[in-house]
Amino acid sequence: MAAGVAAWLPFARAAAIGWMPVANLPMPVAPTNKNKRQDELIILNVSGRRFQTWRNTLDRYPDTLLGSSEKEFFFNEETREYFFDRDPDSFRSILNFYRTGKLHYPRYECISAYDEELAFFGIIPEIISDCCYEEYKDRKRENTERLMDDLEDNKDNKPPNMTFRETMWRAFENPHTSTMALVFYYVTGFFIAISVITNVVETVPCGTTPNQRDIPCGERYTEAFFCMDTACVMIFTVEYLMRLFAAPSRYRFMRSVMSIIDVVAILPYYIGLVMTNNEDVSGAFVTLRVFRVFRIFKFSRHSQGLRILGYTLKSCASELGFLLFSLTMAIIIFATVMFYAEKGSSSSKFTSIPASFWYTIVTMTTLGYGDMVPKTIAGKIFGSICSLSGVLVIALPVPVIVSNFSRIYHQNQRADKRRAQKVQKARLARMRISKAGSSTAFLHSKRNGLNQSLELTLPYYKMKLSPQGSLEEDQQLKKTTSLLESQHHHLLHCLEKTTNHEFVDERLYEQGYLQTALQNFPSQSPSLSSEEGVTGTCCSRRTKKNIQALNATHTHSHTHNLQELSALHIHCGEQQPLNTSRSSLNLMSDESGSLNCKSSGLVTTAIISIPTPPSNNSRANPDAPPPPNPDAPPRPNPGSDVVKISAL
Amino acid sequence: MGAVVGTLTMQTRQRPSRARDKVDDELEMTMVSHRPEGLEQLEAQTNFTKQELQVLYRGFKNECPSGVVNEETFKHIYAQFFPHGDASTYAHYLFNAFDTRNNGSIKFEDFVMGLSTLLRGTVRDKLEWTFHLYDINRDGFINREEMTEIVRAIYDMMGKYTYPALKGDVPKQHVDTFFEKMDKNKDGVVTLEEFVIACQEDENMMRSMQLFENVM
Repeated sequence: MAAGVAAWLPFARAAAIGWMPVANLPMPVAPTNKNKRQDELIILNVSGRRFQTWRNTLDRYPDTLLGSSEKEFFFNEETREYFFDRDPDSFRSILNFYRTGKLHYPRYECISAYDEELAFFGIIPEIISDCCYEEYKDRKRENTERLMDDLEDNKDNKPPNMTFRETMWRAFENPHTSTMALVFYYVTGFFIAISVITNVVETVPCGTTPNQRDIPCGERYTEAFFCMDTACVMIFTVEYLMRLFAAPSRYRFMRSVMSIIDVVAILPYYIGLVMTNNEDVSGAFVTLRVFRVFRIFKFSRHSQGLRILGYTLKSCASELGFLLFSLTMAIIIFATVMFYAEKGSSSSKFTSIPASFWYTIVTMTTLGYGDMVPKTIAGKIFGSICSLSGVLVIALPVPVIVSNFSRIYHQNQRADKRRAQKVQKARLARMRISKAGSSTAFLHSKRNGLNQSLELTLPYYKMKLSPQGSLEEDQQLKKTTSLLESQHHHLLHCLEKTTNHEFVDERLYEQGYLQTALQNFPSQSPSLSSEEGVTGTCCSRRTKKNIQALNATHTHSHTHNLQELSALHIHCGEQQPLNTSRSSLNLMSDESGSLNCKSSGLVTTAIISIPTPPSNNSRANPDAPPPPNPDAPPRPNPGSDVVKISAL
Repeated sequence: MGAVVGTLTMQTRQRPSRARDKVDDELEMTMVSHRPEGLEQLEAQTNFTKQELQVLYRGFKNECPSGVVNEETFKHIYAQFFPHGDASTYAHYLFNAFDTRNNGSIKFEDFVMGLSTLLRGTVRDKLEWTFHLYDINRDGFINREEMTEIVRAIYDMMGKYTYPALKGDVPKQHVDTFFEKMDKNKDGVVTLEEFVIACQEDENMMRSMQLFENVM
């Protein structure tokens, strides 16, 4: 119930007079305002600035500092005001929250200061209203990021008790943590560079041999280059093995991109070692050498920029794919056109459509090598159209990719916003729950038997709460229920009495449905009961009437010692297991006692066989007094999961 | 010539003022606000003290800053108290009961008069008010259809999840019980006198009506 309409509660209660003639049952007693005093102004002195408001305004939210008796700690006897040594500017929005029911976040306010104020006054930030919530969340996120960055910068001191393996891994990942790591980092970088340069220089022709042919340096100084290659590969292999050893999760490490690059970089060498100088495979061997150029990608461990570039390309995959697709389309179209246009001319280079692809690509990207030119007029016309459209087709997706690059730059924030969205969803769910909270609050207080004390017609009926510390519980509950809430609950209770139906939550409603369904067929034949997958309840905590009714049917069935249908509610977290003498049932109840309560979110049914008389039914509820009103649970139900086991 | 010019300019001068009036009218329409009569007058007309009227007005003005409640706002406010079900039908009948002038809006005076009857009036006043609530078409009789409407509206407020589940035509049974109790001469309608007499005979009801004495 929104605090704003709290003022209309007297009206709603007065309007309840309209139900009286319709009601057949007597109404419960209304909760009285014990310390009824005239509404008075109270003064809140916040660092010298005096705010005044009605006491009732503050009482709207009894679980905050100002709404509860906690503010009495700040009461100043001499000046008869409540003094808070806090920021008066922030207090403005907090007081407005009490007045209007909406909490706003002022933009000029520092986020951490505001958070502190909220925490001091006992207000959770999630109830900030929608108009200010996004701003609040954004600022909060920036703040936490900044804090985390600061934290990382200060993370130089190594946490103690790290194993050798963890130390190694940390050294690999953060080279600036120790000197050894730095040395290793530079050495590997150096060798990557050496290896790449070696591969390049290998192919440079250096010097002539007597047979007047330029041979590349690789063939001239084969041993030198081979030694160089061996050294580099050894370093890389050692590095890879060390990383593999140090990795916390070896499987994940082996799957990562960097390790694949490492493997691809060193594999050709080993394959080359293994393979003989066979003529057939030497071609393949040459191809393998190409893969040595992948060593240059090992630099990405050393360069953050390269990593970002790689990641960007990966994330722009869809745009790149679109570019490729549109280009392919255009190429095929124009190649076909050019081919047929140039078919007539003699000595035309456009021998086939795939051969025209080359011309189309070169023209569309405005390269224009000139090795293939159209000779016919139609060919020239279409060629010019091709080059014009090429500019367009390439120019269109490129800005998309460029904008993606800049988008990646803010990629961190987007991931955080996605996390915030999840929080937003959780927040919306929480708000929904709090909106529905008024209904659940009423059901909750019903379960806790609070309403029982307000029964008009049963003065002799004492609240039979469970002996385990129920009285404190009860007092505690009464404390947290404000007068407003108790009046609201009284109103709902009157409605229940008028219609002679109760409010229940969805789960119990479904159970009740099943119970009444069962009542319609008191199954006596085993075939019927075996068919029924879902069976009714017998020893429900709530429905004493049903128990008595079912007991009647069960006595019938039991004179013939037939299998009976009965079900037990076993509450998770229940202290005492059900003590029944049914041997087979005992087995099941032990099992179910250790049931994983978390999984029993739904009502699950199982079949147990019970060949014993039904008098034990009532034992399942040993302390159930038989009052006429059906809604008197003797124990406060913690609202836990209910596992229904039906016995056959 | 001068006269012609004069009349022309007069015409033009009038037109903007007329336009301004229209704009003002529109402004007024959107900002319909109503201030209630003085506190002393209201105190004389109702059975509330000044403080009570102040508290009532503050709550009223908080929800309806314009000073009048229309049906939508009324339904919205009433629905906040009954989150389980649908309170709009019953709120509609309540609205009509408060809206004694039948002009689609409740001013603070209407509100306070109604509350005064309900909370501080005599038993007869309360019963009359309830009778007028039930008598939807204001013909002085409650017939079965009207009663069924009211009872159905009350059951709507319970919502779907009730125990025992609402099966069959429970409102109808309720209405039958009601008519049995109220309709003495069994002519199918309940008049005000029958209603008052039957209610005064019912002890439970009398006791329940005293319940709401201390609401304010």
